[in-house]
Amino acid sequence: MTEALPTLWFVLIAVLWAGYLFLEGFDLGVGMLMKLLARNDTQRRVLLNTVGPVWDGNEVWLITAVGATFAAFPSWYASLLSALYLPFLLVLLGLIFRAVAFEWRGKRDGDAWRGRWDWAIAVGSFTAAAGIGAALALTTTGLPLDADGNRVGGAFAWATLPALLGAAAVVLFCLVHAAAFITLKTEGRVRGQAERLFRRLLPVAMIPFLGWALLVQLDSGSVITWLAVVLAVAAVTASYRCSVIGRDGRAFAALGAGMLALVGSIFGAVFPVVLPSTLDAAFDLTVQNASSSPYTLGLMSVVACFGLPLVLAYQAWTYWVFRRRVSEASIPAAHAVAAL
Amino acid sequence: MEALEIARWQFGITTVYHFLMVPLTIGLGLLVAMMQTMWHRTGKEHYLRMTKFWGKLFLINFIMGVATGLVQEFQFGMAWSEYSRFVGDVFGAPLAMEALLAFFVESTFLGLWIFGWNRLPRLIHLLCLWAAVLASVFSAYFILVANSWMQHPVGVEMVDGRPVMVDAWAVFTNNTALVAFPHTVFGALAVAGAFLLGISWYHLWKRRHDGLDTLAADGTLTIGGSGARDAVDHRVWLRSARAGAVVAMIAFAGTGITGDLQGKLMFDQQPMKMAAAEAACHDGTGFSILSVGNLGAQSCDDITAVIEVPGVLSFLANGDFTTEVKGVNTLLPEYQEKYGTTLPDDPMYGERAGTAIDYLPVMEVTYWGFRIMIGFGAIAAAAAGAALWVLRKGTVPQSRWLMRLAVFGILAPFGANSAGWIFTEMGRQPFVVAPNPDPSGIDSVFMFTAAAVSPGVSLAELVVSLVALTSVYAVLLVVEVRLLFTYVRGGTASAMPELAHDDDHPGAPTGRKDDGDVLAFAY
Repeated sequence: MTEALPTLWFVLIAVLWAGYLFLEGFDLGVGMLMKLLARNDTQRRVLLNTVGPVWDGNEVWLITAVGATFAAFPSWYASLLSALYLPFLLVLLGLIFRAVAFEWRGKRDGDAWRGRWDWAIAVGSFTAAAGIGAALALTTTGLPLDADGNRVGGAFAWATLPALLGAAAVVLFCLVHAAAFITLKTEGRVRGQAERLFRRLLPVAMIPFLGWALLVQLDSGSVITWLAVVLAVAAVTASYRCSVIGRDGRAFAALGAGMLALVGSIFGAVFPVVLPSTLDAAFDLTVQNASSSPYTLGLMSVVACFGLPLVLAYQAWTYWVFRRRVSEASIPAAHAVAAL
Repeated sequence: MEALEIARWQFGITTVYHFLMVPLTIGLGLLVAMMQTMWHRTGKEHYLRMTKFWGKLFLINFIMGVATGLVQEFQFGMAWSEYSRFVGDVFGAPLAMEALLAFFVESTFLGLWIFGWNRLPRLIHLLCLWAAVLASVFSAYFILVANSWMQHPVGVEMVDGRPVMVDAWAVFTNNTALVAFPHTVFGALAVAGAFLLGISWYHLWKRRHDGLDTLAADGTLTIGGSGARDAVDHRVWLRSARAGAVVAMIAFAGTGITGDLQGKLMFDQQPMKMAAAEAACHDGTGFSILSVGNLGAQSCDDITAVIEVPGVLSFLANGDFTTEVKGVNTLLPEYQEKYGTTLPDDPMYGERAGTAIDYLPVMEVTYWGFRIMIGFGAIAAAAAGAALWVLRKGTVPQSRWLMRLAVFGILAPFGANSAGWIFTEMGRQPFVVAPNPDPSGIDSVFMFTAAAVSPGVSLAELVVSLVALTSVYAVLLVVEVRLLFTYVRGGTASAMPELAHDDDHPGAPTGRKDDGDVLAFAY
């Protein structure tokens, strides 16, 4: 039983990352679309309010994924975060600006004030998505790590093709996922724009993600993980089809399912390695040599069995409470304190 | 400068900054939840206004706590990878549990509270706030469990040179954590209390200054103004001021009692920290109120205590007035014998291998950190007591000077909190995980800070991140404070649009689902 615990935690961490990409995927995308899709302040507020009640909760999936890695695989956490020092710094700065901007944007009147925070949301969302994409791709394709798990090759040793591919994959996925989400969550002009964007973007948006998955498959894929890739392509195709026949909910869900299948295929293929070293396979961090003690993993398993379903339940309830569509007509006049 | 120094500055700056935001979040959150509970139970308008106004300030600040908390979780891996590898088996668990059991609840239910006005049934809406606020308290507990393990490692065994958790119960009921937790929550309430008092005092002063409230010769107060709004507002500020003062005084008593317990544990667990805080060279019983000499000299022999109260140090340490407390000169040889005189000849120490270990923390910091913490806390409590006396008839003096003092007084508990953290963290040096000579601790579990820093990360990376984070923090602090000022000046109407337009007939919002398909737009 205790031999299975590191594997269980590998699966759980993959689930947390997949959950993060699925949930924050669309709110990061909505953030980027603040500058790409919305034409005026009302439209921007429509976009903001589609994710308003949920974005903060979505972000906790990242915090939990990183925290769980620390608890279950300290060496993985230590090697990955120190090797990718600059990308994670960018992610942090992006998330700081984005969070503050969400909350403060409407707290004062003035085009300059709002304009600055709109940029903070858009650029912050972009850097966070790109940095996380690069980090996840490198987790699965490897970093130049020595026998002690430390990076060699300097501050930019991570700047490789897989990093770029991962960044593009996650950024584009966030954009198209957000377009599907906005189509599902809004009415009126914004919805029409999002729908058009979705159909135009979808055929190309998933290509980098697919490329990342194939890169990993060619290296260490199995029959099952190859099947997952096929499944993902089918799901993305189905998503397009659902959008054309006007089934917004299914289009959104199918796209998400396609992403989940790709993440599954990637993590499934690298298993049992959690962080490969590009210098020597003997330096690879694996579920066995990087994990915490069985005692700690056991404790954390009990906590996760109790906590994770609870999280899913109340987050689902939040989405249900705020299930109605948002339209420009439902945006009241801004109440900002400077007007008093 | 070396990478180690930069990494330590970064940790110190980001942690202290994070801890400027968090106590206000925890303390104000609890108070806003109580206000909304009062509104729910009595239906009185002034409680609703209090909830909305203080809730707005709470939210402006809350988000900074979230944003800066992210950095804390990442920087252990980024800048302190050797530390993470060494302690991950025991230290990562409370962090992960904080995210899974507390922070998820906090973020999700706060979103429900912000957007749930007029949309959720009233009771459910109230419970959402309570869930978020209690989760933030729970969050603090998990983080303090993690920090306390660095101060007092328990529940582990050394296996292959690394601590491995063998007793989770011991880790989560670490006596250091059980005392630090209430101490921190009281510290948060002290911040919130002074915040309420200072801002409410400003508004009460302004009402007198503007002639809204007048004081007759016989001392009776006439609550004036043009209508219902002004009378209700007067109640808002008076209630808030009184609540703030009472909370600040209770919080000071609470931090005092728990701080005393903490001190006694520290004398057992980290005697050098307390000796350094006292700038005490020799064994003794007296507590120094003022010591002069070169505290920074890292040798305490040229320090003279000018004012010293005999017996107090013994009381702080042991609860009596006569037990001699060990001074630096007694402790140094004990530490050197137990943990070595030089850093081991191990590549992990880099150029520092073989250099002498300085077991004495920076005394300027520990000595003054300890005194600023207590002094600022006491000032805030005394001010709260005085304010309560002045407020007993429902009015405030017209003195602009007193008003400014009350507003300025908001800063005292912030200063006390920061000083306390700097004292406790700097006092732990040169260890990142402090060894405990105390029999309940596991003496062999310790780690030198010099060994904890990421070996693969370059000086340039650390400098870039230090500059980037510090300047972003500085800019955001300025923006936050200005935003808070704007909303404070705007008063209750800044949080309730309906008041801005209709002075005499406040459209009392209710929990009815009257505007069914419209979200409560907060953004």
